[in-house]
Order: sequence, then structure tokens, then C-alpha cells
Amino acid sequence: MNIRYFAWVRERVGVEEETIDLPGNVKTVADLITHLKGIDDYHAAAFEEEDAIRVALDQVHVETDEEIGDAREAAFFPPMTGG
Amino acid sequence: MPVVAKVKVQLEDFDVQAESHRLTSGRRDVGALVSFTGLCRDEAGTLTALELEHYPGMAEAELSRIAGEAIERWPLTGLTVIHRYGKIPPGDNIVLVVAASSHRRAAFEAADFLMDYLKTRAPFWKKEHLVEGGTGAWVEAKAGDDKDAARWT
Repeated sequence: MNIRYFAWVRERVGVEEETIDLPGNVKTVADLITHLKGIDDYHAAAFEEEDAIRVALDQVHVETDEEIGDAREAAFFPPMTGG
Repeated sequence: MPVVAKVKVQLEDFDVQAESHRLTSGRRDVGALVSFTGLCRDEAGTLTALELEHYPGMAEAELSRIAGEAIERWPLTGLTVIHRYGKIPPGDNIVLVVAASSHRRAAFEAADFLMDYLKTRAPFWKKEHLVEGGTGAWVEAKAGDDKDAARWT
């Protein structure tokens, strides 16, 4: 699955984008976050304030209990500050 | 004819006059035109620029979803949303919303709604570039923005 990061989440992880093979036990966005946190200290630091992170699956906002299903892209980012 | 919003995410500046004119020229049914321009604001002389990062693809898609919702809720004759990205110095434009309708209430409300929803849902993030050199903090989302957006639900 393609994973993208934006703003300070991107800076903390250290990459803009990466491809991850999802283990079978990753069903929801929350499972995916738990999995990503285990990759290394940078990912762990990025997801430390888990409540401050927003998620999109295939470019649509979702909550963390959303099933990943056949989504091809997940994106993680802080609350938006455009406008 | 259903109204289709013009939605653009771009590096370059926009022309408020030209965009307003586009929604009124050659028409006789437009009685109200509301435009909102959001500019980069300096924080007490500390900023050289705000850098706007965006999620290409989703930014356009989300702005289109919000614009579509506005068109469903209000009887608009036209709607334009333009959001810039990249490094924007204080005084320069960041965002434009132009709403046209037969009557003023729909135009005012649709533009207000667009800005409230855009601020909380469109994937853009601002980072400060400082006069003293280097980059400052990422601008934090305000709780008031969520409250503003909740007015429309």
C-alpha cells in the first residue's frame, strides 16, 4: 500500500511517501497506525500525538475505525490550516 | 442547467476582477456577487512568507466536494474557488471564493460556508518562514475553525 505523509508528520517520518506490505492483521486505519509506529523511532515519533493526526484513504477523509478494504493509498497529516 | 463550480489549486496568483467578471458577464439573472479573498498576514513583522503545502489531487477533490455541497444547499448561479500553494509573502493572495446568485443571502452564506469548510477539510498546511532566518513552526489549527464549520451542520 502507498503511504503518504504531509506537513510535520512528513518531517518527523523523514519521507514523503513509502510503500508498505500490509500484514494480514491490519484491517482498519487504527491497525495501520499501530503497524507504522513499529517500523522505527521516526514513525513512532510521528504518530506519538495520535489524536492530532488526520487520515485520508484514497484521498477521502476517514476516521481511524475505517476498514482499509481495497484502498490503494493512505495519507497521514496534521489538522489542516489552509484558507 | 446545473451549476458546475470552477475549482483550481495553483502556484500562480489569481485575478479577483477577472474571476468575478466571469460569473456575471453575459448574464441577466445574477443579482448578487460575493467574493472573499484570503491574504497572507504578517504576524507582527516576524514573517517573510507562509509556505503552503498541499496534497495534490486530494486538495482539488476535497474543494470540489465542498463546492458541490454549497451548490446543493444554495441556489447559486456560479461558484469559483481558487487556492494557491507554495511560498506566499505577506500581502499576497492565498485563497479566493466567488459566489453568485440571484439574491444576496445565498451568495453571502455560500461564500461563508465555503471558507469555513475549506479551512477544516481542504488538505493544505501553512509553515512560517521567519524574518530572522530559517523556518518557524507549522501554523496550528484553531479550535474556533471547527466551531465555525459546525455552524453549518
